[in-house]
Amino acid sequence: MSNILIIAEHDGQNLNPSTAKCAQCATAIGLPFDIAVLGSSIADVAGQAATIAGTGTVYAVDAAHLGDPLAANHAQEVVAMASGYSHILGPSTTFGRDLMPRIAALLGVNQVTDISAVEGSHHFKRPIYAGNAVVDVVAPEAVTVVATVRVASWKAVDGSGSAAIESRPAAEAAVTHSRYIDLQSGGGERPDLQTASRVISGGRAMGSKENFDLIYSLADLIGAGTGASRAAVDAGFCPNDMQVGQTGKIIAPDLYIAFGISGAIQHVTGIKDAGTIVAVNKDADAPIFEIADIGLAADLFNVIPEMKQLLG
Amino acid sequence: MKILVGIKRVIDYNVRIRVKSDGSGVETDGVKMSINPFDEIALEEALRIREAGNADEVIVVSLGGNECQQQLRTGLAMGADRAIQVDSAESLQPLTIARAFLKLVEKEQAGLVMLGKQAIDGDNSQTAQMLAALWGRPQATFASAVELSGNKAMVTREVDAGLERIEVDLPAVISVDLRLNEPRFVKLPDIMKAKRKPLEVIPVEDLGVAPENDLQFTSHTPPPVREKGIMVEDAAQLVAELKTRGLL
Repeated sequence: MSNILIIAEHDGQNLNPSTAKCAQCATAIGLPFDIAVLGSSIADVAGQAATIAGTGTVYAVDAAHLGDPLAANHAQEVVAMASGYSHILGPSTTFGRDLMPRIAALLGVNQVTDISAVEGSHHFKRPIYAGNAVVDVVAPEAVTVVATVRVASWKAVDGSGSAAIESRPAAEAAVTHSRYIDLQSGGGERPDLQTASRVISGGRAMGSKENFDLIYSLADLIGAGTGASRAAVDAGFCPNDMQVGQTGKIIAPDLYIAFGISGAIQHVTGIKDAGTIVAVNKDADAPIFEIADIGLAADLFNVIPEMKQLLG
Repeated sequence: MKILVGIKRVIDYNVRIRVKSDGSGVETDGVKMSINPFDEIALEEALRIREAGNADEVIVVSLGGNECQQQLRTGLAMGADRAIQVDSAESLQPLTIARAFLKLVEKEQAGLVMLGKQAIDGDNSQTAQMLAALWGRPQATFASAVELSGNKAMVTREVDAGLERIEVDLPAVISVDLRLNEPRFVKLPDIMKAKRKPLEVIPVEDLGVAPENDLQFTSHTPPPVREKGIMVEDAAQLVAELKTRGLL
């Protein structure tokens, strides 16, 4: 049997759109796929997964200890249900990056990271060196392919499906060496950075945490998610979950507007797949203008209020 | 307690990456090489743990040819007590690296392994998780704060949704993120001192680890380029242009 198992990402209530993007990658590989939802009281999430078009079966593994996002618990569950699958896919989000290599090691295979294109059932493309090179990776056919899917490269498949849901108990007992404590979320009510169709970002030139209110107010006006360069996060202007780039989030919104971001390669790698990139920077020589579709060399502290007035 | 720290020799992060014209890889001739920046942060944290009296020895480990001794010496100059080069002529994939690390962990009876969350060349982010899996021990990835108390570590992790805290029992594997600390600068006398610190070379075969490089990298290509677009004069033109394109 040659099937794909997708590991769903969710927060206990809502399925993360990364799962439907993995389904798009599975569709490109061209083999039937199932979805595994691991968690505690996950009937709702399993129901959402069942709507992903093309899904064979949703396996809902429901156990109290799977409610916490501990890779050690989740990995052993996935391994317990892995037999018969030729591919196991997860998203390239921090959830998938934490979990999938642990699964790969337990199965004794190397992991294919960040699939950005599919050339064949065992032949993929992925970016390396912060997106400065693209490499063709060929995985052996004799063993399971464990891979993360670069979510910014794939569109979510639509939600027109109605797959069967099969509940099963956990196969393994909880590990005792790791304990989940809590999650402190930096985000508010704004659209999720990784799925927003519009994103507005600020860089070091914002100057302060207070000045980031300019970014937030403009974002709220047009229903955008908000991001930041590493420099702005390091300076404490905004929380870490806003960081866009090689070591932060890789995003692909329809519209990306960067204010006061110079365009270091590590940042640019996070926005390369955006539909339209707009850059506003006082420095007309900033490297971000080399890749921007629309550039404006001007002071962001004048531009943002003017834009707010024009759009308000 | 002993802490093992992984150090990878990579192209310096300031170097502009160029794909070789024959597609066999990226240009490394005459290119500046450095310690993977994340690994430097892992080492800094290990040194701080030792300096706080919570560890006795910090051992830096690198897998590769003799050239990676350069990075190990830098690690020794930063303050590591000794170094191990796992000698391998061929470049190894993460599963093999994790297996070799496990052998060293067993040999040294390490209580903590600290690694960068990813290397900036392959951007894989796998070795720490794989080592933890093979070892059957906790993994705390993407750490931005580490607090040791007794036989436990409280680790703050940078995740997509914010900052997550987990508590793990030692021994454990921690992979570190950028905001954990700022690595110290190496001073000249420390470089001299580092030359006298022990650096052991162990052939990978002697660890009983056979390379499992089962992924083939068949071709490298430069990424698609984004063309430079247009410049507008002011906010009004910008908003008008975005409206024309149907983006606002």
